Amino acid sequence: MEIKVLGPGCAKCKKTEQLVQEVIKETGVDATVEKVSDMMQIASYGVFGTPSVIVDGEVKCTGKVPKKEDIKKWLGK
Amino acid sequence: MESKVTHPIKGEGKINKMMALNLLMAAIGVYLWWTVYRVLPMLSKWLTYKLLPIQEGSHLGSSVEFFLYDTPKVMMLLFLVVFGVGIIRSFFTPEKTRAFLSGKSEFVGNILAALLGIITPFCSCSAVPLFIGFVTTGVPLGVTFSFLISAPMVNEIALGLLYGLLGWKVAAIYMGTGLFIAISAGWVIGRLKLEGHIEDWVTQTNAASINLEEEKLSWNDRIIYGWDAVKEIIGKVWIYVILGIAVGAGIHGFVPEGVMASIMGKGSWWSVPLSVIIGIPMYSNAAGIIPVVEALLGKGAALGTVLAFMMSVIALSLPEMVILRKVLKPRLIAVFVGVVASGILIVGYLFNMII
Repeated sequence: MEIKVLGPGCAKCKKTEQLVQEVIKETGVDATVEKVSDMMQIASYGVFGTPSVIVDGEVKCTGKVPKKEDIKKWLGK
Repeated sequence: MESKVTHPIKGEGKINKMMALNLLMAAIGVYLWWTVYRVLPMLSKWLTYKLLPIQEGSHLGSSVEFFLYDTPKVMMLLFLVVFGVGIIRSFFTPEKTRAFLSGKSEFVGNILAALLGIITPFCSCSAVPLFIGFVTTGVPLGVTFSFLISAPMVNEIALGLLYGLLGWKVAAIYMGTGLFIAISAGWVIGRLKLEGHIEDWVTQTNAASINLEEEKLSWNDRIIYGWDAVKEIIGKVWIYVILGIAVGAGIHGFVPEGVMASIMGKGSWWSVPLSVIIGIPMYSNAAGIIPVVEALLGKGAALGTVLAFMMSVIALSLPEMVILRKVLKPRLIAVFVGVVASGILIVGYLFNMII
């Protein structure tokens, strides 16, 4: 699975990336996490707010730090 | 909470119970809040003059009392306002606002954008993706600017604090004039036809249109949303509040009565533009600047001058321009600053004239 965390580097974006990493570790899902901080790339996903989480090209959440349970759901756990 | 509810009826009962508990806690919270809020003046006096060895009537005493009274007062007001507005905000998202604004005619669009700027959740770190999202999907440039000016300037923190510290009249004046600046500056920028001064990559971006599943929020979820907003916003602004109150306390205790009247009073015509210029490089948010404003007014500064100073600090900031530079060419940034600064000047002079 390919996960992207979009965010220019604010505190909330870091928190989101950290949560995603934690969930991957806990559930053992085979997934790669990429942090996208380039504005042009972020814009190309059509999101209005950061942090945003993209799983396999699909926008899962924007503008807030997701809950752990939600991340698990996106990863199919 | 369980993520999978196997017995829907049982699960529902649980949610209702939780909601009742939350409501009960909220009611107790409001009662405690009110009780503490009412004894604050007494408490701060007692702390300053009885607990600390400070003489009543001294400069230091007046500063310390100001600080010990304003800090808990401002924090408590912020808490209540952010929680309440957090619940209102749970009904709005930037996506909904954009969908609503797209295709609106210019003048009406400017008004709606400025109004939506008050209640749409917005963080200045998302200003760039939001800007791109707006202008590439049919929201006119000027309307987008009305939103971007109003969102940081006219917000719940500013209005809540102004109401608490300076009364509803000043809060209403600030809201009215802030909206006026956002609407008219956006409209002027729209009229100037500056679309060509957006960085080229923005218009070439093929922003994918996304369909986010709309979350269904229960009242319980909205209470949690409000609570999260409190934790996030207070966690971010408390340091500004304390610094602002400390500066305000210093002014309150040590600056002689009436000194501000000569510098920031009505008599000196140059005080309004000077306040705007000083305000631009200063970076603070509403929570930090309002206690300073309160102290300045107490020392004889004119309301119009102080309003101009405050708006300039909040609405025109260098860090924000650096962020916007990624999507705007220098000329459009210059126009943005110029138009907003002119609006602020007009507001400043107007209030010095009529009050």
